[in-house]
Amino acid sequence: MRVVVYGIVVVLMILHHDVWNWHRYEPLVFGVIPIGLAHHVGISLAAGVVWFLAVNFAWPRDVEQIEREAAEAQRSAGHSAGGRGGHA
Amino acid sequence: MIAVASTLMSLLLAQASGPASAAASASAPAFSQDGLNALILIAVYMLILVLIGCGGSLFSLGTAKDFFTASHSIGPVLLLFTIFGTTMTAFAIIGSSGEAYTGGIGVYGKMVSWSGLIHSLCFFLVGIKLWAFGKRYGYQTQIEFFRDRFESHNLGLVLFPALVGLVVPYLLTGLIGGGKAIETMTVGALPDLFARSKGAVPFPVGAAAITFIVLLYVFFGGARGTTWVNVFQTIVFILIGALTFTVIADKLGGAKQATANVAKYNPTFLKIGSGEADQAVFDTQMAQFEAKKSPIKPREPERVPPMVFLTYMFIPLSVAMFPHLFQHWLTAKSAKSFRLSVVAHPILMMLVWLPCVMIGVWATSAMLDGKAVLPQTGVNANLVLPMMVKKLVSGWQGSLLIAAIASASIAVLDSQFLAIGSMFTHDIAGHYLGHDRLSDKTKLMIGRGFIVVIAVATYLLGWYYLQARTVFSLGVWCFTGFASLSPIVFAALYWKRATKAGAYACALTAAGVGLWLCAQSNWGANADYYVFEQFPIMPVTINLAASTLALVLVSLVTPPPSAATIEKFFPRGAAAAK
Repeated sequence: MRVVVYGIVVVLMILHHDVWNWHRYEPLVFGVIPIGLAHHVGISLAAGVVWFLAVNFAWPRDVEQIEREAAEAQRSAGHSAGGRGGHA
Repeated sequence: MIAVASTLMSLLLAQASGPASAAASASAPAFSQDGLNALILIAVYMLILVLIGCGGSLFSLGTAKDFFTASHSIGPVLLLFTIFGTTMTAFAIIGSSGEAYTGGIGVYGKMVSWSGLIHSLCFFLVGIKLWAFGKRYGYQTQIEFFRDRFESHNLGLVLFPALVGLVVPYLLTGLIGGGKAIETMTVGALPDLFARSKGAVPFPVGAAAITFIVLLYVFFGGARGTTWVNVFQTIVFILIGALTFTVIADKLGGAKQATANVAKYNPTFLKIGSGEADQAVFDTQMAQFEAKKSPIKPREPERVPPMVFLTYMFIPLSVAMFPHLFQHWLTAKSAKSFRLSVVAHPILMMLVWLPCVMIGVWATSAMLDGKAVLPQTGVNANLVLPMMVKKLVSGWQGSLLIAAIASASIAVLDSQFLAIGSMFTHDIAGHYLGHDRLSDKTKLMIGRGFIVVIAVATYLLGWYYLQARTVFSLGVWCFTGFASLSPIVFAALYWKRATKAGAYACALTAAGVGLWLCAQSNWGANADYYVFEQFPIMPVTINLAASTLALVLVSLVTPPPSAATIEKFFPRGAAAAK
């Protein structure tokens, strides 16, 4: 899935260079937004979708490992502090 | 601090009113109720910011760590709004409309759709990992991480001035955007006090007030208060964008009519390219204007060079190195808190920028009752949005909009001040004087003191840069610098072979090439400066390529990092680096 996500990102980067829209403004989307601008609004929306896929299907595994280690380190620090407190 | 600020304000008031006060009775400008309303609303809005920001102090643990990172307690929704509020600034509201007015819809493609892809990519690839290392090893600044990863104490001495030097122009965008918006919208508010500026709160006073207000809630609220203010500001950003768009469209006869006017008088502003047909429209419309048959003076057809449009993609890489963003990343409660930010950031950017870009484009050909809304020559791009509101929306509605625009444009200042204070406290004072030797109280005092120094320096620079630079070009040069340093963070996280010498080479090359390129553009005064006249590309391309090359080549010819460092930052597969 990771490859698919990054593949879509690359496709969106290629679609970003929409030279086919550069010399026209019609059709006007909703009669207001020129087609070139609407195309780039579409890229923004598609970016939201692709990053939704990324966080759900391509989440970095090593981050979870580091997070677990950090939690364990904090727990053990807490325990030793608690232990010292008890002896005092 | 309050005493210093009061003295400074008195001096500013004296200077702003100056000798004109003496002659006020002879030539006092007219009083404007709309101007006074705007001033009152701006003051109320700023008071709200102070109350929200200082509210953060109620939940403070009283430690330096809590002040600078909110004790890693920020959840997904707050993180989304604060990251977004920190990256969207005067650059987004004032700069976007000004740039659309100057160059058309291309600004959206150059900044927003690229940023939607690249910003989230940086959050995903860089932000999450940096947060995890920050949580695991207790880092409070970028430089702490880089020192550890590259096994070099003195790397901080190179990175600290580079990062602070790049933050200052970014601060300037907020100060100039906010100060000028206040000046534009308060004309006639206090004619006796500010005769020289037609009764408006002059830029020096407005900018000083902004700086003081932001310092106030940063000092008392810390990272938590700043986060809350950013959430509030982001909601305001989105609401005012939509509201201003709706109201202005209505005044111009509807959104369709506003766009139709642009298609008639300045069609290239609805496109990224231009051709012979556009030149013909320009010639016809110019003849009409010169014959006084048309109120709109057409603009020379604009086009964005294709490679400039493409190479704008490197600008958003800057977020990977923003110190203030790193600061906010550290406040996250968990790695999963980032998910909403990664997904929603491109969509929120679209919601803020689209209305502002459309208003900027409409402003090129805006007419009301058969007359042009804006002057047909000499309009300062930084003032396009406030001027459109002022000309088209009167009464409390207009005052409310402009108060929100002026105030929202200062959002970035708080996070930047906080990040700068944190960096100085940890990376310079704490590192060289000894973290254990400084109490939390001393650390907070040092951080706050440095923030004041930078705030005063930025304020003074704001005067110098006021007329000479647009918010947009200032922002783009600042992003160019940060983007050129981004290979350091990518290499630190993903390339085991990246070395201390490579990081030095990257930072020094980025600084040297960046300063040389910026000098070529007359320090940002030439907003249309591109590298290579025949084949124009964005300066960031050259700077980024040079800094990346320096990092790679120097890393490859210098000894790799120690096994312990590789094991620490690349726990799985340390052997692969050898």
